[in-house]
Amino acid sequence: MFGRPLLRFVRKDTHINFMRGRFAGLATSAVLSLASVILFFHPGLTLGLDFRGGIVVEAKTSGPADFGRIRTALTAHNIKTDGVQAFGGPDDVLIRLGANEQTNTNAVVDEVRHAIAEAQPGATIVRADAVGASVSSELFRNGLLALGISLLMILGYIWFRFEWEFALSAVVTLVLDLTKTVGFLVLTHFEFDLVMVAAILTILGYSTNDKVVVYDRIRENLRRYRTMPLRELLDLSINETLSRTLGTSTTVFLAALPLAFFGGASLSGFAWVMLFGIVVGTSSSIFIAAPLLLLLGEKRLRKDTRPAVKQEI
Amino acid sequence: MMYYSRIKLLSVAAVCLLGALLCVPNFVRKPAASIPWPEIHLGLDLRGGSYLLLQVDLSSLTRDRLQSLSDSLRQSLISANLGYRNIAINPDRAEITFQPRDPSEKDRDLKVLDDLPRTVPNEFSVTTRPDDTIAITLDSGAMRVRTHDAVSQAIEIVRRRIDATGAVDPQITRQGEDRIVVELPGISDPERVKALLGTTAKMTFRLVDELPPGTPIAPPGDTLLPSTDHPGSMLAVRNHVDVDGVNLTNAGATTDDQTGGWAVSFSLDSVGTRAFGDVTQANVGRRFAIVLDNKVIEAPVIRTAITGGSGIITGNFDAHQATDLALLLRAGALPVPLTVVEERSIGPSLGADSIRAGALSLLIGFVLVIIFMALFYGRFGWYANVALFANLVLMLAILSLFGATLTLPGMAGMLLTLGMAVDANILIIERIREELKRGRTPLAAMQAGFERATATVLDSNATAFLAHVMLFVFGTGPVRGFALTITIGIATTLFSTLLLSRMLMVRWYALTRPSTLPV
Repeated sequence: MFGRPLLRFVRKDTHINFMRGRFAGLATSAVLSLASVILFFHPGLTLGLDFRGGIVVEAKTSGPADFGRIRTALTAHNIKTDGVQAFGGPDDVLIRLGANEQTNTNAVVDEVRHAIAEAQPGATIVRADAVGASVSSELFRNGLLALGISLLMILGYIWFRFEWEFALSAVVTLVLDLTKTVGFLVLTHFEFDLVMVAAILTILGYSTNDKVVVYDRIRENLRRYRTMPLRELLDLSINETLSRTLGTSTTVFLAALPLAFFGGASLSGFAWVMLFGIVVGTSSSIFIAAPLLLLLGEKRLRKDTRPAVKQEI
Repeated sequence: MMYYSRIKLLSVAAVCLLGALLCVPNFVRKPAASIPWPEIHLGLDLRGGSYLLLQVDLSSLTRDRLQSLSDSLRQSLISANLGYRNIAINPDRAEITFQPRDPSEKDRDLKVLDDLPRTVPNEFSVTTRPDDTIAITLDSGAMRVRTHDAVSQAIEIVRRRIDATGAVDPQITRQGEDRIVVELPGISDPERVKALLGTTAKMTFRLVDELPPGTPIAPPGDTLLPSTDHPGSMLAVRNHVDVDGVNLTNAGATTDDQTGGWAVSFSLDSVGTRAFGDVTQANVGRRFAIVLDNKVIEAPVIRTAITGGSGIITGNFDAHQATDLALLLRAGALPVPLTVVEERSIGPSLGADSIRAGALSLLIGFVLVIIFMALFYGRFGWYANVALFANLVLMLAILSLFGATLTLPGMAGMLLTLGMAVDANILIIERIREELKRGRTPLAAMQAGFERATATVLDSNATAFLAHVMLFVFGTGPVRGFALTITIGIATTLFSTLLLSRMLMVRWYALTRPSTLPV
C-alpha cells in the first residue's frame, strides 16, 4: 500500500476504438438532451424558494406534530398555505406559502410563527425563509447570467488556448451536459435554487476541466504525429488519458458521495446533482466532445503537414 | 528540474508551517480581546441567525422632495405676493409644474425660483414651456447623490436601531444601489428587528385645523391623517411642520402620572425648544398633533406655553411599544422607508446539525479519497495524500486570514476542491507511467511527466478559475461563499501539487535512486 499500487483501472495499454461509436454516442446524447428540453417545458423544473418567491417555514414541535391543529391555527390567522406537510421525523413540520405581490411577505412570516406557537406550544422555528417576488426574479436572472457568462468565458479561454474547433465542440458538449442535468433535476424533483446553480456551475467547471485534459493530449499528439489521421489520433489520445480520466472521476465521485448521503437536506440535493454531473461530464468528454471535434476538424486540423495548432502562447 | 535548492525546500516547508499556524486560531479559544485573531467565521446557515435584505424605497425620496419643494414654492410665491395656478407634482417625471397668475409675472416668478433652497448644488432646473407653464425638474445626477447619501444615512440609522436592541455582532452592509443587508447572528426570530426597521419613525409636531365632522377633503395646506388614538377618525393636520423630530435630543419610556399608563418622554435641543415654545405660546387652546409616519399618535390641546423643551407623549402604549418608540426616536428617523424583501432565519439547532453533517461528509470524503489514492497509486499516491492534507490546511489558513465566512455551500466547495486537487496529482502520476511505458529511464520519465502534466494542470485550473471568478462576481450569498472557497482552493491546489507533492517525489528519488519507479 505504501509502495507499489495495488489496483489499476486499465491494464497496461488500451486500444478501444471509441470513434467507432461516435454516431451512436452523439445520437444518444442528442435524444437525451432533447428529452430533457421537453421535460424542462413540461412538467418543468421544481423551482426552489430562491426563484419562486414565497415563504417556507420549518418547525420542530415538542412531541409528534398535530397537523390538524396547525392547519386550523393558520386558517384562524387568515393564512393561505400551499401545504402543511411532514418531512423527516414525526415532529418536523414544513409550511409553504406561495409568493404574493399583494401581501407583505414578512409580516406573514411572523403571523405563521404566531400561529404555530398557538397550535403547538413549545414548538421551535428551525428555519424561516421568505423571498419577495421581485427579489426572486432578480436572483433567477443573475443565476442565468452567471451560467451564461461562465459558458462564454470557457468558450473564449479554450478558443484562445486551442483552436475554435476545440472551443466550439467543448461548449456544445457543455450545453448538452447542461440540458441533461436540467432533465435530471426535473425527474428527481430536486428544487432548483441558488445552490443548484452553484452545483451546475461546478459541473460545468469539472466537465470543462475534463475536456481540457483530453484536448491537451490531442493537441500534443497533433504535433507529435504529423500524418496520423485525426480519427486515429483522437482514439489514441482518449486511450492514453483514459486511466487518468477514470481515476479523477472516481476521486471526485468518492469525495461527493458522502455529501449525498450525510450532507443533510440542504446539501444532499447539491451532491446528487454533482454525482450525476460527474458521470455525464466524464462520458461526454469521450463520447461527445471528441466525436464533435472529429466532425468539425477532420478537414481543417489535418489539412497539410504544417503544425496544425498554434504554437504555445 | 530534479534538484531542489535548500532555500526552495525551506520556503515550501515554511509556507506549510505558516498555514498550519494560521489554522490554529480556529481550534483554540481567543486568549485576549486585544490580540488579532484571524479565524474563519461561521455563516448564518451554520450557527443560526437571521439574514434580512432591506429594500430602500427610492421613489418616496423623489416624492418627498417634490412635496417639500412645492410647499416652499407656494410659500415663497405668496410671500413675494405672486399668484399661481395649478401647482402639480408629477413624481414619475420628477417635476413640479405651475402657471403664473399673469404671464407678465413670469420673470419675477423665475427670480423667486432661483432663490429656493437647494439641498445639493444644481438640484433642479427650471424651464418655461410655450404655454407659460413653469416646470421645476429634479436633476437625475443630483438625485443620485441624494440617493447615495440617503442610503448611507439609512444604514447609520439601521445600525443605531439594531445596536439598541442588544444584538450581538450584527453585520450591516450596502448591496447594490438601493439595498441593505442585515445579518443578525444568533437571532432566529427577527420579528422585533423587522418591526423596528419597517418604521420610518419620522416624527413631527404640527397644528390641527378643526373641521366640521365628516368633511371629506382637507383645506389647502392641510392633510387628513388617521389617528391612532381614535381609530377610524381623521384629523386635518397642517402640512407646515412646526417642530421636527430631528430636533429631539433624547427620548425614553416612562409612565404617565395621570393615567398610570406607559408614555414616552422626550427632550428637544435649543432650536426645537425655541420653536416649541413659540408655537405653544401663540396657539393656546388649539390642538397640537404629534405625527409619527403620517399617523397622529396624539393631539392634545395646548393649555399653556411649553418652554422647557421637554414633554411626554401619552397614546395608548404598552410597555413594549413605549420602549420601542423611545428607541426609534433616539436613533432618529430613516430618510427613506425600508421594506424587508428577503428574510432567511435559521435556528441554532439546525445550524449545529448542518455543521455536523458537513464536517462528517468532509471527513468521510477525505478518507475515501486517501484510501483510493493509496490503493491505486501506491507511494506516489501517499505523496499526493500529504499534498492533499497540506491543501486542506492552506485553504483553512487563507480563509482564516481573510476572516472569510464559511457557509454550507462553502464546505461543499472545499470537498470538491479536494477532489479536484487529486486530479492534478493523478495527471502527474499517470504521465510518469506513460513515459515509463515509452521506455524512458525513471529520471527522464519523472522529468517529462512533471513538465507535460504541469502544462495540463495549469490549463485545466485556469478554466475552472475563470468559471468560479464569474460565479463570485455574479453570485450572491451562499453561492459567493462557494465560489470563493473554490477560487482559493485552486490557488492552494497549484501550490500543493506543483511544488509540494512534486518535491516529495523528487526528494524520495534523490535519496534512494531506485532503478524502477513504484507506479
